[in-house]
Amino acid sequence: MIKITNLKAGIEDTLILNGINLEVKAGEVHAIMGPNGSGKSTLSSVIAGKEDYEVTEGEINFEGEDLLELPPEERANKGVFLSFQYPVEIPGISVSNFIKTSINERRKAKRLEPMPTPKLLKMMRERMELLSIKEGYLSRNMNEGFSGGEKKRNEIFQMAMLEPKLAILDETDSGLDIDALRIVANGVNKLKTKDNATIVITHYQRLLDYIVPDFVHVLHDGRIIKSGGATLAHELEEKGYDWITKEADKKWA
Amino acid sequence: MSGKKKQSEEELLNEVTSSEYKYGFTTDIESDTIPKGLSEEVVRIISAKKNEPKWMLEYRLNAYKVWLEMEEPNWANVSYNKPNYQDVIYYSAPKQKPVLDSLDDLDPEMKKTFDKLGISLEEQKRLANVAVDIVMDSVSVATSFKETLAEKGIIFCSISDAIQDHPELVKKYLSSVVPVRDNFFSALNSAVFSDGSFCYIPKGVKCPMELSTYFRINEAGTGQFERTLLIADEGSQVSYLEGCTAPMRDENQLHAAVVELIAMDDADIKYSTVQNWYPGNDKGVGGVFNFVTKRGVCHKNAKISWTQVETGSAVTWKYPSCILKGDNSIGEFFSVAVTNNYQQADTGTKMLHLGKNTKSTIIAKGISAGKSDGNYRGLVRIAKGATNSRNFSQCDSLLMGDKCGSHTFPYIEVKNNSSKVEHEATTSKIGEDQIFYCNQRGIGTEEAIALIVNGYCKDVLNQLPMEFAVEAKKLLEISLEGSVG
Repeated sequence: MIKITNLKAGIEDTLILNGINLEVKAGEVHAIMGPNGSGKSTLSSVIAGKEDYEVTEGEINFEGEDLLELPPEERANKGVFLSFQYPVEIPGISVSNFIKTSINERRKAKRLEPMPTPKLLKMMRERMELLSIKEGYLSRNMNEGFSGGEKKRNEIFQMAMLEPKLAILDETDSGLDIDALRIVANGVNKLKTKDNATIVITHYQRLLDYIVPDFVHVLHDGRIIKSGGATLAHELEEKGYDWITKEADKKWA
Repeated sequence: MSGKKKQSEEELLNEVTSSEYKYGFTTDIESDTIPKGLSEEVVRIISAKKNEPKWMLEYRLNAYKVWLEMEEPNWANVSYNKPNYQDVIYYSAPKQKPVLDSLDDLDPEMKKTFDKLGISLEEQKRLANVAVDIVMDSVSVATSFKETLAEKGIIFCSISDAIQDHPELVKKYLSSVVPVRDNFFSALNSAVFSDGSFCYIPKGVKCPMELSTYFRINEAGTGQFERTLLIADEGSQVSYLEGCTAPMRDENQLHAAVVELIAMDDADIKYSTVQNWYPGNDKGVGGVFNFVTKRGVCHKNAKISWTQVETGSAVTWKYPSCILKGDNSIGEFFSVAVTNNYQQADTGTKMLHLGKNTKSTIIAKGISAGKSDGNYRGLVRIAKGATNSRNFSQCDSLLMGDKCGSHTFPYIEVKNNSSKVEHEATTSKIGEDQIFYCNQRGIGTEEAIALIVNGYCKDVLNQLPMEFAVEAKKLLEISLEGSVG
C-alpha cells in the first residue's frame, strides 16, 4: 500500500528523517516506537504533507503513486488519514458540519454527488455508537472546549467516518485514561479490514496491548534501527530504548 | 390577461423605465449642468429640483450653514486624502446605467462574482441592467409587495416622496435622532441628501415581510448622500435590510449616508446591512469613502438590533448606535467587518444607556487580510439614572497573514453602581495548523479558510435573514479569496 524509500526530510537546515525505509501492506498494522525527538511525528507529518517539512531525498509511493507530488488534501482524498497528536480547534464549526464538508469534498474529488444528509446522519449515529460517543456531540464545535480524551476520540470518529486506506495514529494514546484507551482501541480494531492498513505511532507499549501490531519498528535519530514482531514492543517496555539506540549510535557514528 | 391589468403593467413599466426623470426636474436644467462644489445656490437648486416645500429648503440651508462651521473629523484611525468638497457634484439624477442586450455582454468578472454569490439569473439581469423582459417581472413583484404593505397601513417610499406626501411625519422625526450638527458628515448629508428611504410602521403592526426583498428589487442608484428614516410606532415590528451582496461599482467616491431609527414603546426594529461598495483595486487605488451616521432611539421596552456585514469601501467610518432612552429597552449590535488589500475600517457602535434596566449586547468580529487595517471603536455609556443596566461586549479580531493590522478601542463610562458591564476581546490568527488540519481531512485551502471564517462569524451571520445569510457567507469567501497562501 505504502512504500517509503530512503526518505530524508527536515525543517530548514535541520535534517530530522535520515533515510527511512518502510513498507506497509494492506491488512497490516505497524507500530512505530521510539524515544522523544526520534522523528516519529515528523514522519507522520511528512506522509500527510505538512508544508513546514522539506523532503530532500527519497520517495513515498502510495498505491502506485508518488505521494510527495500531491498537496495534503489530495493525499487525504486518496485515503491517507492522520489522527493528530494535537487536534486543533475550529470555533463555530460543528463536528457534523465539519465531517459533512470533509466527506463531501472527498466525494467531489471522486466526482460523486454529495452524500444525502439522512444517509450521512445514519452513518454518524452508527459510528458514534462504535466509539461510545454521547448524543449532543455532533452539534459541538470542532474540538472547542474538548478534553484531551474527547479530542482523540473525535479523531478516531472522523477516521471511522472517512474510512481511509491508510490510517496513521500519532500518539493517539496520550491523554487517554484507561477506559477511553480501550474504547478507542476497540474502535480501531473494529474498523480494521484486509484492505486497509494502520500505522500506530506511540511512545509507550500500553496501546499495543489493545491494538496488536504485526510489525514493530524502532525509530531513532530519524532512522528505523530495529524491526520485529509484537514481542519487540514488550522487550522495549522491559529494557527501555538504550540497548538498541547505543548499538545504533555506534553503527552510524 | 385582462385589459385593465395590462394597462396598469404598462404604466408601471413606464414608471420604471423613465425613472431617470422621476423627480420631475425640468428640461431646462440638465442633470449634469449643476455646477461643481457646494454653495447656498447649489442647496437651493437641489431643493428646487426636488420641488420641495419651503420648510425643507430652510432645513437644508440651515444644515449648510452648520456644515460650513464644522471641520472634518480626524480622530478615526484611518488615513486617506480628504476629498475636496468643492470638487464634488452634489446633485445628479440617478445615472442611467448602459442597458445591455443580454448577460453575455456583462463584464466577465462581474458575471463570475454573481455566479459565486449564487444570485439568480433573473436578479443578475436586473442588477446588471439587462433590458426589459425582466423589468416587467420585477415590477409585478414590486407591485404585489406594495399592495400587501398598503393593506397594513405601512408607508414605505422614497424620502423624497415622503417629504411630499407625509410632511408631518418627516418634519417631526427628521434629525430627531441624528441632529444636523451631530457631525461633519451628518450636516453635509442634511444639506444635500439626494434621496433615500422612508418607512413608517403603524401601531401594533407586524410588518409581514422582510423589507429587504422589496428593497433589493427597488435597488437603484439612491446616490451618494442617502437618507433613511424609519419609524416603528408603538408595539410594531419590522425587519429592514439595506444593501446588496452584489458588487457595487460606484464612481462616486464619497458616500455620506444618515440613517435614523425611531422605535416607540414596545416596538422592535431589526436593521441589517450588507455593504459591498467598491473597495479600490489591489494596489489601493480608488474605492469608496463610506462615512455613515446610523443611530436609533429606543423608547420604553423597545428594541433595536443592528446587524452589519461590511466587506466593501476603501475607507469605512461607521458606528450604528442605540440611544436606550426608555426603561427596559434593548440595543444590539452584531458586526462583521472585513478589510483586505489596502482597505481601512474604523467601525463599531455606541450604546447610550439612559433608561433604567436597559440592556445592550455588542458582538463585533473584525477580519483583516492583505495590507489592510481594521479597527473596532465602541462606546458604552451608562448614565446615572440608568440603574440596573447591563452591557455585554465581545470584540474579536482575526488576522490573515502578517501585513495587516487590527485595533480595538473600547470606551466604557458607567455613572452608577448598580449596572454591569462586561467586555471580552480576543485576537487570533488563522493558523497554518488549522488549515493543515482541514487539508488533511480533504478540504482544500480556500475552502478551509471559508470554513474557519464562517465559523468565526457564525454569531453574527445567524442574525441575518436566512436567504441573505447564505449570500453573506459566500460574500465573505469572495472578499478573502487569495488572501492566504
